[in-house]
Amino acid sequence: MNKARVLPTALLACSAALSGCSSFSLPKMPEPWVKPYERERLADPIMKGSADPLSARHREHVLVVREGARGANSAQGGGCGCN
Amino acid sequence: MAATEIRIASRLPGLLRRAAGLLGSLLAVGGAKAIELPENRAEALYHVYKGGGVTADGPALLVRKSLADKVSLSGSYYVDAVSNASIDVVTTASPFKEKRTSYDLGVDFAHRDSLMSMSVYRSKEPDYTSDAFSLDLSHEFFGNMTTIALGYTRGLDKVFKKNEVSFNDYAKHWQYRLGLTQVLTPSMLASANLEVVSDDGYLGNPYRAARVFGATVPERNPRTRTSRALKFRVIGDLGNRNAARAEYRYFWDTWAIKAHTLEAGYSRYVGSDWLADGFTRFYKQSDALFYSDNATSETTYISRNRQLSAFRSFGIGGKLSYTAKRVPGQYEMKIVGSIERIRFDYKNFTDIRTGQAYMFNANLLQLYVTATY
Repeated sequence: MNKARVLPTALLACSAALSGCSSFSLPKMPEPWVKPYERERLADPIMKGSADPLSARHREHVLVVREGARGANSAQGGGCGCN
Repeated sequence: MAATEIRIASRLPGLLRRAAGLLGSLLAVGGAKAIELPENRAEALYHVYKGGGVTADGPALLVRKSLADKVSLSGSYYVDAVSNASIDVVTTASPFKEKRTSYDLGVDFAHRDSLMSMSVYRSKEPDYTSDAFSLDLSHEFFGNMTTIALGYTRGLDKVFKKNEVSFNDYAKHWQYRLGLTQVLTPSMLASANLEVVSDDGYLGNPYRAARVFGATVPERNPRTRTSRALKFRVIGDLGNRNAARAEYRYFWDTWAIKAHTLEAGYSRYVGSDWLADGFTRFYKQSDALFYSDNATSETTYISRNRQLSAFRSFGIGGKLSYTAKRVPGQYEMKIVGSIERIRFDYKNFTDIRTGQAYMFNANLLQLYVTATY
């Protein structure tokens, strides 16, 4: 068999096996379990740690010029959906 | 095409439709709540770092203001006035003073569940300038319980050397960020961040010296470096107006440095106007491949930069925040003081004045006023 046809054929065979099985269905995704009205505690400033921007920037600068490690420190990753 | 293959192919679109529907429902569920712009803010900070013969202090200012609830503009200004008599300086040169000034300007756009941020940055000191452009995008989904963030920064530094006009080099930087924040419970958040940084150009210090057979030679660093940092963080409200946080970062790079950072903190309200915060940080790293305290062979690359040597540091600090004025729905003003003490212990860097392994203590002080409105 032509090598280029092996992978598509295998995929089709797997799909056929899955779709041919009557009990098969894609897993049901969980519903969001924390509702917006339940996020009052997450929105409290106490949950932001030491996140005042200038203060965090100064501390990071002090450390990054003295350590070999760097990165993954800024306020990335977004918030808590609770603004 | 065989009949079996035709039947399989005819079922595929249905399967794909179901998968797409599942993904769509994941992204759309609870999507009625739109992302919000960062809070309007004005902040004025005075900072001091003192340790290891170096004192750096100065003011910093930040202003952020939104327009029409769609766009937020921000600008900041930061000054470091440095008086440097560090061990490197006193053992190979003369103490000096210099000033570093940096500015940045940013704009954030909010659209439904997405936030896009762009910023430009410039830092300037007599023999070093840095310019950078950043683009960040974050999107909330899964009922606003999950936030994914992507970021990119492109930087260009120009490196000069005082009293040597012919020295003129550059360093280019590429930073790629990926972050995920998840609401776990009504009182707990977790996040994971990955950042990859690549550099190309002059990555050393034209004034720094290395030691080979006890003799002083200019350091020679590789001209490329790529690093990766992966951080996990969790923060939880413990109830009764207490919160605790913990984070761990693992770092590794192409210079063979590996580092672990562990940080933990605890915050609590005291009365209605005070917020107290205590934190501790432990950091440990290994030597870069070409680092040597005193090399005993000639190599292509050689450095005695203690930033690239094996060391560990331990910090402990506290922060006290006082809400001086609060007008609900209008503005809030806080006065904050923070102090941290950090001890640095070098494993493989000798203080040539004493013959002992070098160590020093540093103090970090911040006093600031911050207003949100």
